[in-house]
Amino acid sequence: MSIFRLFKKQSSAPVARERLQVLLAHERVSTGNDLVQLLREEILAVIAKHVDLDNERVQVKMDRDEHVSILEIDVEIPRDATKQAA
Amino acid sequence: MGKVIVVTSGKGGVGKTTSTAALGAALAQRGDKVVVVDFDVGLRNLDLVMGAERRVVYDLVNVIQGDAKLPQALIRDKRVESLFLLPASQTRDKDNLTPEGVERVIGELKEHFDWIICDSPAGIERGATLAMRHADIAVVVTNPEVSSVRDSDRIIGLLDSKTVKAESGERMEKHLLLTRYDAVRAERGDMLKVDDVLEILSIPLLGIIPESMDVLKASNIGAPVTVADSRSAPALAYFDAARRLAGEILPITVPGDKRSGGLLSKIFSRRAA
Ligand SMILES: Nc1ncnc2c1ncn2[C@@H]1O[C@H](COP(=O)(O)OP(=O)(O)OP(=O)(O)O)[C@@H](O)[C@H]1O
Ligand SMILES: [Mg+2]
Repeated sequence: MSIFRLFKKQSSAPVARERLQVLLAHERVSTGNDLVQLLREEILAVIAKHVDLDNERVQVKMDRDEHVSILEIDVEIPRDATKQAA
Repeated sequence: MGKVIVVTSGKGGVGKTTSTAALGAALAQRGDKVVVVDFDVGLRNLDLVMGAERRVVYDLVNVIQGDAKLPQALIRDKRVESLFLLPASQTRDKDNLTPEGVERVIGELKEHFDWIICDSPAGIERGATLAMRHADIAVVVTNPEVSSVRDSDRIIGLLDSKTVKAESGERMEKHLLLTRYDAVRAERGDMLKVDDVLEILSIPLLGIIPESMDVLKASNIGAPVTVADSRSAPALAYFDAARRLAGEILPITVPGDKRSGGLLSKIFSRRAA
């Protein structure tokens, strides 16, 4: 154990929260309906026409709310890839 | 017509059976007519938690297979008059639960009880999907811990797709019951926060049950915790949760949090519809 751990009060809950959010976003897509899968592919294709992007950096998820579902699209675009688009 | 509640979680050992007994008893202690149904065929436990293990004659499988009539299988609680148990079979396996049989039994129970509370087995297989199949309301039991939250998310997906309600395009009413909440670990930051879990699962909060020795003591003597010690912290939390199930709107108190009525509880009460 590092000596610094004695001084630095670390809490593990924020890490747990972070890991869950990433994991569940993924699982909801893979176990969810085909619609999300289809949307993901088509959205990817459209964006790829204009910017270079890493498929792994695109998240498409259907989020549940109490009354509606929300389609959330999270696209990470590298700085240099945006040049032609910006 | 009675309302059917499924108490479910995906993950094992999070407190489904404890919560089924406590919520069932709490609703019956208000005067409602309640039956708790054990769907954990082959691994029944609800009879033990309710202290009725020596009174089991017939079980759910007997009723489904026509070997016994429903009134013969129902066990009336010795302490709470309007509380009944329909036990599971210990010797047979879950293949004896047929979808048609379950539908018939639930239909019959709905005519005689205000609340039918189904204690689901762990997992996402047949036993769990049959337990949730006819539910009007789902209580998703979750511990503030990563694998439990993940499994609850999975179960919520099933509730929204594999139930009669979902298949007929209706909205399944879902509530989160956070159990085994440890105020000390929460304070240290080593336990997922209540609002983290709420944000991730996005279903309204029914209550927060503290980790407590009183739960263990109650199961040792064979009584729902709301009956064993009605003044204990977990009992009070279950009583509040039962009132919310019955439609009352109450502020949520976080166990170990002295500032009840503070900002936190106001936020939660808004989210707990
Ligand atoms: N709030 C609590 N405080 C302390 N112990 C608890 C609490 N809730 C449940 N327990 C204990 O945790 C164990 C598992 O509880 P329980 O049997 O209710 O879980 P379960 O979800 O029904 O399990 P299974 O998936 O095996 O059916 C039991 O020993 C019970 O006494
Ligand atoms: Mg159980």
